[in-house]
Amino acid sequence: MASDLPFWFGIAMAFGVAMYVISDGFDLGVGILFLMAPADSDRDIMMNSIAPIWDGNETWLVFGGTVLIGAFPVAYATLLPAFYLPLILMLFGLIFRGVAFEFRFRAAGRGRRAWDWAFSGGSTLAAFTQGLALGAYIDGVAVENDVFVGSTWGFMTGFAGIVGLGLIAGYALLGATWLILKTAGSPQAFGRRAARPCLVLSLLFLLAISIWTPLDHSYVARRWFSAPNIYYLWIPPALTVLVAYGIWRALDRAREALPFLLSIAMFLLALLGLGISLWPYAVPYSVTLWQAASSPPTLIFLGYGTVIIVPIILAYLGYAHWVFRGKTAAGTGYGH
Amino acid sequence: MNPETVLVSRIQFALTIGYHILWPAYSIGVSGYIVLLNGLWLATGRAVYRDLLRFWIHLFALGFAMGVVTGVVISYEIGTNWGGYADKVSNVIGPFFTYEVMTAFFLEAGFIGIMLFGMDRVGKGLHFVACLFVALGALVSAFWILAANSWMQTPAGFTLAGGKFQIADWGNAIFNPSFPYRFAHMVTAAYIAGAFVVIGVTGFYLWRRRHREFARAGFSLAMWIALVLTPLQLYLGDLHGRNTLQYQPIKVAAMEGDWDTRRGQPLVIFAWPDQSAQKNLYELAIPNAGSLILTHSWNGLVKGLKAVPRDEQPPVPYVFYAFRVMVGIGALMVLIALAGLALRLFGRLYDTRWFAALCAFSSPLPFFAILAGWTVTEVGRQPYIVYGYLRTADAVSPVAPRAVETSLALFFIVYAVLLLAFFWYAAHIVFRGPTVHEPAERPHAVRPGKDAAPAGRAVLGSPGDMSPGAGG
Repeated sequence: MASDLPFWFGIAMAFGVAMYVISDGFDLGVGILFLMAPADSDRDIMMNSIAPIWDGNETWLVFGGTVLIGAFPVAYATLLPAFYLPLILMLFGLIFRGVAFEFRFRAAGRGRRAWDWAFSGGSTLAAFTQGLALGAYIDGVAVENDVFVGSTWGFMTGFAGIVGLGLIAGYALLGATWLILKTAGSPQAFGRRAARPCLVLSLLFLLAISIWTPLDHSYVARRWFSAPNIYYLWIPPALTVLVAYGIWRALDRAREALPFLLSIAMFLLALLGLGISLWPYAVPYSVTLWQAASSPPTLIFLGYGTVIIVPIILAYLGYAHWVFRGKTAAGTGYGH
Repeated sequence: MNPETVLVSRIQFALTIGYHILWPAYSIGVSGYIVLLNGLWLATGRAVYRDLLRFWIHLFALGFAMGVVTGVVISYEIGTNWGGYADKVSNVIGPFFTYEVMTAFFLEAGFIGIMLFGMDRVGKGLHFVACLFVALGALVSAFWILAANSWMQTPAGFTLAGGKFQIADWGNAIFNPSFPYRFAHMVTAAYIAGAFVVIGVTGFYLWRRRHREFARAGFSLAMWIALVLTPLQLYLGDLHGRNTLQYQPIKVAAMEGDWDTRRGQPLVIFAWPDQSAQKNLYELAIPNAGSLILTHSWNGLVKGLKAVPRDEQPPVPYVFYAFRVMVGIGALMVLIALAGLALRLFGRLYDTRWFAALCAFSSPLPFFAILAGWTVTEVGRQPYIVYGYLRTADAVSPVAPRAVETSLALFFIVYAVLLLAFFWYAAHIVFRGPTVHEPAERPHAVRPGKDAAPAGRAVLGSPGDMSPGAGG
């Protein structure tokens, strides 16, 4: 039983990452698209559509970080130094976009314009640097005796840059489809116009990453293309293509919720692909989940809390969403 | 480890966590005050409490956002900059951080939206519950983070195996010897900070004779809180100090400027502690008073810094002076609270202008005291990161010094900009004043998602809002 605990915490970690990428993904995506919106009144509504929930969304990032330190300290203690610069830049991005919620609505004229830029620039920077870190993660991190032994600048590769751009496009897709779901009129029309280019770009980057990764990493290539894996591992990529087609059709038919839900499905499939590629590593390709895990008493202590508390968290976060259900109207939220 | 990385990482952590702690203190304090206002409004139905509630929720939101964004930084810096520490201590205190997120951050994040924007969407009772949960979340967060910090000061409930800490007893690790004192001392500090933020803003209104009914109600309440909490804080501080004397006597020696171990230790009022000479210059001291205060006995034995080798001593001047700043500000706040009581008894609390003016500028006091207090306890723990077991120099991440220097410079610039922006927009809210008599309260029948909300009053913050007394 105790030897299964790292597996279950791997699942918890994957759950936290998925919750983060989806929920903060759409509100970062709204930020990424922010400056392209046609009018300031659209930006007000766009921001208000996420104002009551962005903090809850971002908390999944802290959840992921603290599950990592609690359950996989070796991964925490080696990955974070390895991605020092992208993570610090991500934090600056998150700082600027976070305070912009409060400050933008209190500013006027040029001040407000500055916070528009801070919000959008911060969101884009956070998405890009998360992608850089993810790309460097896929590229592998050198660890000896539980200490990171690579270079501080090692994250700067063309591949990481592609993943960074891909994540911007992916988050923007989530943001655009969120606007279709949560707003009406002008911002919704803007979401519709933005969704399709975002979808195409996301797919192109996903394709590039999916080709590049196995070419660079024989470990990943063997996982996907060796028998018998290949007999069933063709399914997730095929589903991704289907889902993407579904988004395209749903946009054609002016559906409101479906594009957003399918975009989430696309992200989940991409994450699944990532998990398949890198399993069972916590730090690719040097430390497994089992080697990175805390001692059994620590995992057990953490396990009880996670199993009991996370469902409660999901319940009241769901309630918070329900309170602000329906379309975000002008004159609600900030500025009211 | 590269000593340059150690030094720059320490400076960056001191900057980012010192900056961060201001906002949780603000959030805990102001959210407690908001819960009180909300309760009073529900209990009495007096409109002034509702006006105060709405006003303080606006100011709370600004500081809360600062706390969120600067707090995320800390949760990642523990790994980016202190990977050696994370690697060695996580089996014991790693879960504290996870529990902090699960029991506190999500609670705050889940209900902050309802607290800020949900007043018209949920009933009064549920809005009160949302405010209560946000305040509770802030408090629970302090519980876990102070448990972790106290464990670093007075580690307990663990064993050492292969250079890493392993858990032996969760109860002992969480409720380690210094935790109850540090928790009580910090939480009280935060509520005092909240009270003095209110005293500052409402004192400003009383001084400038604006929004007077509003200001009186808020001021009166906050002065009562200060009157109860500031003397209590002196007492808790004394308890905390005596606990430190028991577990970290060298830290206390640095606070007191005591170099020699002796009975009848004098109380050093002022000095220039010279660490290279291992003695005080220009010392002004009261004989035996040090022993009396620390041990409550005229001839009690008090350890001096020289009881340990020099490389085990913390940097004494920082600890020595920070301690005096903290105690001095604490005494000043007690005086303000007592002066307020005296004026109240003479019926002059609200119209003594010099006092209102003094109060208007008192808001920074508790925050400086908090920074000074944390300087005492954190610098006083050096050269250890886990007291007696793990040295700070062995805890740092293997990151190129140039990278940390770059991030430190960026933090400095970005945090300065943020602080200016916070004061700018907070001043904006204060100068604009409360909305005391709402001309048109929104009809309660607006159903979320069903009706379009009224589109009026869409945007606050035109420059005209800066004019004094608008809305009052």
